[in-house]
Amino acid sequence: MAKLPKPEELSKIDYKPPKTGCGWRETPVQFKEGMYCFGSRPKYLEEVGFPNAREWKPNEEDWKLPENWKDIILDGLKERLEKYRSFRLFMDICVRCGACADKCHFFIGSGDPKNMPVLRAELIRSVYRKYFTPGGKVFGQWAGARELTYDVLKEWWYYFYQCTECRRCSVFCPYGIDQAEITMIGRELLNLIGCNTDWIAGPVANCYRKGNHLGLEPHAIVSNLEYMIDDIEEITGIRVDPSFNRKGAEILFVTPSGDLFGDPGTYTCMGYLMLLHEIGIDYTWSTYASEGGNFGFFTSMEMAKRLNYKIYAEAKRLGVKWILGGECGHMWRVVHQFMDTWNGPADFLEEPVSPVTGTRFENAKTTKMVHIAEFTADLIKNGKIKLDPSRNDHLKVTFHDSCNTSRGMGILEEPRYIIKHVCNNFYDMSKNATREKTFCCGSGSGLNAGENMELRMRGGFPRANAVKEVKEQHGVNMLANICAIDRAVLPTLMDYWVPGVSVCGTHELVGNALVMKGEKKRTMDLRLETLPGMEDSEEEE
Amino acid sequence: MPTMEFEGKQYEVDEEGYLIDWSVWTEGMAEVMAKQDGIELTEEHWEIIRFLRSYFEKYQIAPMIKILTKEIAKTMGKEKGNTKYLYELYPAGPAKQACRYAGLPKPTGCV
Repeated sequence: MAKLPKPEELSKIDYKPPKTGCGWRETPVQFKEGMYCFGSRPKYLEEVGFPNAREWKPNEEDWKLPENWKDIILDGLKERLEKYRSFRLFMDICVRCGACADKCHFFIGSGDPKNMPVLRAELIRSVYRKYFTPGGKVFGQWAGARELTYDVLKEWWYYFYQCTECRRCSVFCPYGIDQAEITMIGRELLNLIGCNTDWIAGPVANCYRKGNHLGLEPHAIVSNLEYMIDDIEEITGIRVDPSFNRKGAEILFVTPSGDLFGDPGTYTCMGYLMLLHEIGIDYTWSTYASEGGNFGFFTSMEMAKRLNYKIYAEAKRLGVKWILGGECGHMWRVVHQFMDTWNGPADFLEEPVSPVTGTRFENAKTTKMVHIAEFTADLIKNGKIKLDPSRNDHLKVTFHDSCNTSRGMGILEEPRYIIKHVCNNFYDMSKNATREKTFCCGSGSGLNAGENMELRMRGGFPRANAVKEVKEQHGVNMLANICAIDRAVLPTLMDYWVPGVSVCGTHELVGNALVMKGEKKRTMDLRLETLPGMEDSEEEE
Repeated sequence: MPTMEFEGKQYEVDEEGYLIDWSVWTEGMAEVMAKQDGIELTEEHWEIIRFLRSYFEKYQIAPMIKILTKEIAKTMGKEKGNTKYLYELYPAGPAKQACRYAGLPKPTGCV
């Protein structure tokens, strides 16, 4: 595997475009180790019935494509131009003003001109012009058109898997061109000839067979939660008792499977368990709808729809009234913008109403699915939970807006509202790096593999810089978020660029501050680490 | 597909050296993999590998770290039930290194 350069080397970024002599259109792509993921293994494609399952390596000459690969791609492109008016529009309207160019975290972190959103889109736009516009057909490269060649296809693969679909660029685009949609179509086309990454194809296949990306079987889910419940009991003296697959429960709870397995997601999960126990609502977990995330979304619309289906199916089977969703990023883009049209209408569910506060979540009228940050913020606003923020006093917290929940559905205030009530020390990062202008973690949209670490550290560079600023100004030592990919990838990013900053989900902070009825005196946080000032009281026990 | 040679036979592994089929694993393979990393497997290492194997047989996935540390604490004493101890044995990380020696696949998804 490629050796990751030291931060001092990686931060020397050259923004001068390379002198190729023949223009960007003819440059064959150089596959640089550390900047791309392994190719999809055949067994994962076979498991979901995807075409051209075979052994292949992105850096090898022969990708073992079907003979008519070019026809498949062009037919696929034609079909999508007809199907998605937005895509056709995005192919036509860019005026190359360059407003997006320096807004992409991958461009900022790499200096590679093809990571400018305008040029990334141009990779596919040039092919569109060649085959689908009169100007491009007649005037060729003079009209910005180019042939779809083997090298162009490889270039697509390399750069559409160097975009995290974060949509920061579209905030600055005067036309509102959504680069994420262009990347999504690009990846869809590549999947028509079996060119996915292994890190995306694996979770997709797992999720299709077992209900979640990790491939946790029902007894593994229950067992993992039981270990967390043991810890909660050790910390609070209270044994929470969640139910699984329970018919007739009022609410179904769905969260990303990362929360059920990986640290620090497991601490966030303990926070959910404690909160939902304390407010005493009638809810159930599901070992079938056991994944909120959707790596299908990084593959094709069709695959995303197939994976998303189980959430409504399970809600219907269990007969719940509505669905509560955990801290996840792209899950919410899917839920908020696609689920209802793909797998709805969810007319067997009711408009969500908080059983604790009576608040009606009108924003979830069609999807019937409420984000836990909204739900918890509402509990706090109505004074329904007792909090002791001083238990988080050893933390100086900042908040990373996840791309999908901020730009994808406008959740900007709720997590901050929660954090400010459960912590006494909160410091927001620069306004150019938060809210709708948030910088991506650099590893979203399925790029959170191990073999592309240089890409991840480059892509996360702007985010890390903004964290560094609040660390230096205020001594920030905790980066909170509401996304499972964030929780998985930001610890590595922080260790690399800003050592000394830890990462947590927002509900971990809630769990720490939550005063539970009948709990024992807290001496430990949810990580079983002794709270400052409690060293003696622990010894007394 | 890359392979690793063991006792004259070729076994399929992925790009990072994880065995493709966990069921073909034998103890000798762990010794070979460890030797390549310059590690001599002790009884302490083996305790962990054996636990990982038996856990995987039951759950079809490697245990989360919380489970690994707790189970180690139960069998080997409380002072060893922490990630520090695991990293002392497996410097590249228990999830990565120990799982590879135990012939188990790497967890994927938001992890």
